[in-house]
Amino acid sequence: MQGNSIGFWILAALCVLAAVQVVANRNPVRSALALVGVMCCLSVFYFAQGAEFVGAVQLIVYAGAIMVLFLFVIMLLNLGAPTPMMDRVGLSKPVALLASSALLGCLAFAGALKMAPGRAVKAPLPGTVQEIGYALFDPGRPWLFAFELTSVLLLVGVVGAVVLAQRRSD
Amino acid sequence: MGPITATHYIGLSAILFAIGAVGVGIKRNPIVIFMCIELMLNAANLALVAMGKHLGSISGQMMAIFVMAVAAAEVAIGLGIIVSIFRSRETIDIDEVNLLKL
Repeated sequence: MQGNSIGFWILAALCVLAAVQVVANRNPVRSALALVGVMCCLSVFYFAQGAEFVGAVQLIVYAGAIMVLFLFVIMLLNLGAPTPMMDRVGLSKPVALLASSALLGCLAFAGALKMAPGRAVKAPLPGTVQEIGYALFDPGRPWLFAFELTSVLLLVGVVGAVVLAQRRSD
Repeated sequence: MGPITATHYIGLSAILFAIGAVGVGIKRNPIVIFMCIELMLNAANLALVAMGKHLGSISGQMMAIFVMAVAAAEVAIGLGIIVSIFRSRETIDIDEVNLLKL
C-alpha cells in the first residue's frame, strides 16, 4: 500500500506540473505535448483504480487520436513557434485566476468535506471489457439508449466536420 | 501519508479542473483554449471513475466512456470550425474573431 501511495503522489505531482505547462507555455505545440503527459498520467490512475477499459481508451482515443488531431491542426495552420500568440492582457488574467481559485475552493470543499460514505466493496471493482460490455448492453440499464444516442452524435459530428471542411464554391 | 482514497483523486481532479479553467480564461489562441477544455473534461472523468470506485458501482466508468465519446465529437467539430475561420479571416486570435459579438 505504501509503494502504491508514493506512486500516486509522484504521478499526481507530474500530472499537475504538466497541466500547468499546458496553460503557462506560449508555444501551442509544447502545450499539446504537455497535455499528452497529463493524459498518460490519468491513464495510469485509471488502471490503478481497476478501470482497465477506461484507461486503455484514454490512451488510445485521447493520447492517440485527439492529440494527434490537435497537433495536425497546429501544424496545418502554422501556429507553432514563429509567432506565438500572447496571453490576454489587462484585467482578465487576475479575474480568471481569482475565479478559478474560488472554483477550486468550492470543488475541494465539496469533494473533501461533503463526501458520501463509501459502500463496502468486497471484491475490487471490475473494469474489464467484459463487465463494461455487460453493463452497456443490458436493457435494464440506461446505458443502451445513451449508446444509441452517441452513435447519432458521432454521425452528426462526421457530417458536420465534412461540411465545415469543404471549400465554398463562390 | 496514508492509503490513497477517493478523496485524493477528487482533490487532484479539482486542481486539474481549476487549471483548465484558468487556461480558458487567459488564453487567446482557440486551439489552446480547446486543450484546456479537454483538460477540464479529463478532470471530470477522473472524478467520475474515482466516485464509481468509491460507491462500488460501474456507472462512473460508463459515464467516463460517454464523456470521451462526446469529447471526440467536440474536437472534430471545433477544430473544423477553427480551420474554417482561419481560411476566411487569416487569423484565429480569439479577440479578432468577433462576428457574433453584439
